[in-house]
Amino acid sequence: MFELVTIILLLSMMITIYRFLKGPTLADRVVAFDMMNTMGVSLLVLLALYYQRSLYLDIALVFGLIGFLGSTIFGRYIEKGI
Amino acid sequence: MVYLGYVFIFLGVMAFLISAIGIIRMPDVYTRMHTGTKTTTMGVIFIVMGASCIEPFWAWKLILLAIFIFLTNPLSSSVIARAAHSDGATLELDEFKEVEK
Repeated sequence: MFELVTIILLLSMMITIYRFLKGPTLADRVVAFDMMNTMGVSLLVLLALYYQRSLYLDIALVFGLIGFLGSTIFGRYIEKGI
Repeated sequence: MVYLGYVFIFLGVMAFLISAIGIIRMPDVYTRMHTGTKTTTMGVIFIVMGASCIEPFWAWKLILLAIFIFLTNPLSSSVIARAAHSDGATLELDEFKEVEK
């Protein structure tokens, strides 16, 4: 069950990576990056369920925090520059 | 209870797949942001609900994760939308273009 779900999740991550590589403007790439970040959080939750360790949930929380910071800083960079 | 969790996780992953199809098919920055933020928020909340149905002892950490995603995901989307608007992104299907002229 977990293998099938993980394969579907990785397939949708690959489709998002296609938009990340192709996207015409910088804002498209940042949107795809934010979406991949959220998918990574749920992938870490699935990893914690697969290995039966609750340590990965802490890693998922910190990963979500760092990814939110990254998206916000990229938005500010598009708006005002460095 | 475990099979209910499996159903929730499957629904969440299907929401991710619909979101990934939408981010390819949509023609514009704002519509891509529309399909890329709301659907992933729903997918994460479904997956967290399924995981807390499978492992009930992890429920506090999972609820904290869900609240965190639920608070920060629209905020980052708003920041990116404002940045794209100030960068000069235009709508592909603009219904009010003739009204303004």
